[in-house]
Amino acid sequence: MSDATQDGPVLAADGTPLKRSLARALRMQKLRALALIAPLLLFVLLTFIAPIADMLFRSVENQIVSATMPATVRELSDWDGTTGNPPGEEVFKALYFDLFLAAEAKEHTKLGTRLNYEKTGVSSLFRSSGRKLDDLGKDYQKAFKKIDKQLDEGEFWYTMMTGSGPASDALVTARKARFGDMTDESTKADIGFAPSQAITDLLPLTALAYTDFAVFTAIADGDTVAEEDPWEAVYVALAEDLATADVAAYTGPGADVLQAAQAGLDTIPVTSYTAFFEDIDKDWLDPEVWETVKMYSPKYTNGYFLNAVDLQKSPDGIEPRPENQQIYMKLFKRTMFMSLVITGSCILLGYPVAWILANLPMRTANLLMILVLLPFWTSLLVRTSAWKVMLQQQGVINDVLVWLGLVADDARLVMINNQFGTIVAMTHILLPFMILPLYSVMQTIPPTYLRAAKSLGATNWTAFWRVYFPQSVPGIGAGSILVFILSIGYYITPEIVGGTTGTFISNRIAYHISSSLNWGLAAALGTILLGVVLLLYYVYDKIVGIDNVKLG
Amino acid sequence: MADVSSDGAFVEFERVQKSYDGENLVVKDLNLALPKGEFLTMLGPSGSGKTTCLMMLAGFETATHGDIRLDGVSINNIPPHKRGIGMVFQNYALFPHMTVAENLSFPLEVRKMGKSEREEKVKRALDMVQMGAFGGRRPAQMSGGQQQRIALARALVFEAELVLMDEPLGALDKQLREHMQFEIKRIADNLGITVVYVTHDQTEALTMSDRVAVFDDGRIQQLAPPDKLYEEPENSFVAQFIGENNTLEGTVKEIANGKALVELDDGELIDCKPINVSKPGERTRVSIRPERVEYNKERLQEGVHTLKAEVMEFIYMGDIFRTRLKVAGNDEFVIKTRNAPDVERLTPGQQIEIGWLPEDCRALDA
Ligand SMILES: Nc1ncnc2c1ncn2[C@@H]1O[C@H](COP(=O)(O)OP(=O)(O)OP(=O)(O)O)[C@@H](O)[C@H]1O
Ligand SMILES: [Mg+2]
Repeated sequence: MSDATQDGPVLAADGTPLKRSLARALRMQKLRALALIAPLLLFVLLTFIAPIADMLFRSVENQIVSATMPATVRELSDWDGTTGNPPGEEVFKALYFDLFLAAEAKEHTKLGTRLNYEKTGVSSLFRSSGRKLDDLGKDYQKAFKKIDKQLDEGEFWYTMMTGSGPASDALVTARKARFGDMTDESTKADIGFAPSQAITDLLPLTALAYTDFAVFTAIADGDTVAEEDPWEAVYVALAEDLATADVAAYTGPGADVLQAAQAGLDTIPVTSYTAFFEDIDKDWLDPEVWETVKMYSPKYTNGYFLNAVDLQKSPDGIEPRPENQQIYMKLFKRTMFMSLVITGSCILLGYPVAWILANLPMRTANLLMILVLLPFWTSLLVRTSAWKVMLQQQGVINDVLVWLGLVADDARLVMINNQFGTIVAMTHILLPFMILPLYSVMQTIPPTYLRAAKSLGATNWTAFWRVYFPQSVPGIGAGSILVFILSIGYYITPEIVGGTTGTFISNRIAYHISSSLNWGLAAALGTILLGVVLLLYYVYDKIVGIDNVKLG
Repeated sequence: MADVSSDGAFVEFERVQKSYDGENLVVKDLNLALPKGEFLTMLGPSGSGKTTCLMMLAGFETATHGDIRLDGVSINNIPPHKRGIGMVFQNYALFPHMTVAENLSFPLEVRKMGKSEREEKVKRALDMVQMGAFGGRRPAQMSGGQQQRIALARALVFEAELVLMDEPLGALDKQLREHMQFEIKRIADNLGITVVYVTHDQTEALTMSDRVAVFDDGRIQQLAPPDKLYEEPENSFVAQFIGENNTLEGTVKEIANGKALVELDDGELIDCKPINVSKPGERTRVSIRPERVEYNKERLQEGVHTLKAEVMEFIYMGDIFRTRLKVAGNDEFVIKTRNAPDVERLTPGQQIEIGWLPEDCRALDA
């Protein structure tokens, strides 16, 4: 019996189609293999992929504006910046309550710093405003206290706001979420308070402000809401609500006090929010400030990327930054150029060394290899600093040149804290990365090829150039990719010996990460760098072919 | 064909010595002259200095002492690329980054030959080794035998008059090997080139060469055409190394009329042809080829000395019978007989008498 005469799929011994039982067997194998590499896979994912993904995310992420001032952003969406007028009272009202909560949670300075990347001066505007926000409510509070002492007591407020009848849990949930968005704190805990539905309907703004207060007290401070006196914003909200509320119809706890307060409303020194903010700082009326806030209110932005290539957003679209702020393109170009020069010098210096190593007897080659590897075993910092000693104006090389009379004592060469110094030091540091792949590739080229070429009539040079060199190109490719990619992201050496003209883009990234704390821009710069490397890799693959790269 | 006269020699080694480490001589006193058009094979066991000689000739090693002349001109100080010697390397050494055609045109390019001329010569060389269709391939895309032919074509394409080949067939299987032996020989004869060929396969050496130089211990042990080498080995190393050989040890009793009487160690006497012995009393090794041993009494000459032998083993090999005997205490004594109707098949344990013509039995050095 032969399978060829059968119709239908070939069956395995147990009657299942052969294809399926093969697939099952293979799947088991694959799963087992996967289980073996799972720890490594997890490790790589966690330590390598995740940070890169996080960096990519950070370079476009912009939650902070809408998380810190959600109501303001909402109100601002109706505002048209092109009219040249500041936004209306509604926006300033939203700003007051947003900023009040943010200031209590100390989040407003972060927002100020973020917006300051886009418009200088915003940071101090937010900081100073945060300090003065209390002023408005203080006057209101005093006035209310005069009307009824109970309005100054936390316990009374708690009772009044808790009210009677069904509670408005929805409001609590919403305000918890808003607070959580802003502070990244967990808001799962029960705050021990919920306003009644009746009071929420009667005094909507007050209920909101008080709930914010309650959430903050319970979650951020860890205190009991009933024991704490409400903060100033609550009084501002009460004055706002009482102006329109139908208190007479309300019967819940504290109804009498509310009626008294409404009756004495004319004693409250009501100020418009716009005037209040103008009083704090005139810049609040500057449409440009609001333009910036509006432009950066979406959750995701291309602003960091634009910044990273010396562009900026403006009401009329994307435009180049002012001349004196254009630094990143220059730095990118310089980084590319210097990395190319460093790679070139590494090839020039490393090729002969690798050649000699590959052609020496094993014992001698191993000995010399140690010398090549020696730099790996000394601290990077020490090596770089040693170059400082060598190259500085009172350094070894200058001293020797002066002593030889090649250079006048008053015209010592400047070889450090500039591009030259960076190139010299980095070439030295990255040289092993060129020599090692070159060496291992050259070792695999049998000397008979050179002999064959010579026996065919080629001179030493022709034999080298036409026969040996092409076979060592994979080594050059591997070395160049290594050196170039390493140098494009190098940080320590340019930082120490680069001065101002020899720094790399990575130094700028480090600056934004550790000093200016503009992580978004740092991430955007890093992402561009990653993109450039991938692009070069692609180009290299197209021109030379990546399978032409041999590391050994 | 080969014109064996020393003064018109094309390639000449004179008293050449070579040492790599300053302590051991790898080549000791090499003297060799070969005329134009000769196919000379260097044959010898591993480490006997064959490659070293070739490398000195090609210019990749310098002789420690002595003179190497090409066409009467000393080449000791001529760099390899000016010697114009074609070379086929043991591992072919085809340039892996070039196509076959590029490999072949390389020697022409470095000689600054024009493009059309190059193409024509490359084509002719490829056709010569029957690889015309392979010009666009890379060496890695070809079989060992094909690479071998390309290597040969490359060594020939620039019309070198002297081509050196270092075990070029070492990596091939037996059948391809035999085919290529024939091919190389044919091409060399057609072109009339001089070839120095290195191998340690004696069959290869015997079938291809005009003359064979047997190397051992840095010296040429014998330089002779294949038939002479086989039939008239000059010393016991050559006798052992070339073909199958039976050795008996003994002492010379007397030498007279180009005949030597040798007393074997067990006291029996045999007649031999004296080669490396000159006076009675000398120790000697007697060498007889297996196929020259006769045990059919009718075929033995009158009056020759015969030896008693016991059959140890009889092996039927188709065209021949191979019989192992115990003779004069040596049980590795082998005889070969043609499978013919009148030949008696021996059985183990049988007692026979064996003999041979005195001139087939050579008394060599001990
Ligand atoms: N580069 C070298 N340095 C030192 N000694 C060497 C070198 N090349 C060869 N020798 C020694 O010289 C001797 C002869 O070597 P050679 O390669 O000539 O042998 P060969 O006859 O070609 O052997 P084979 O048949 O194995 O190729 C050997 O003992 C070898 O160890
Ligand atoms: Mg050899």
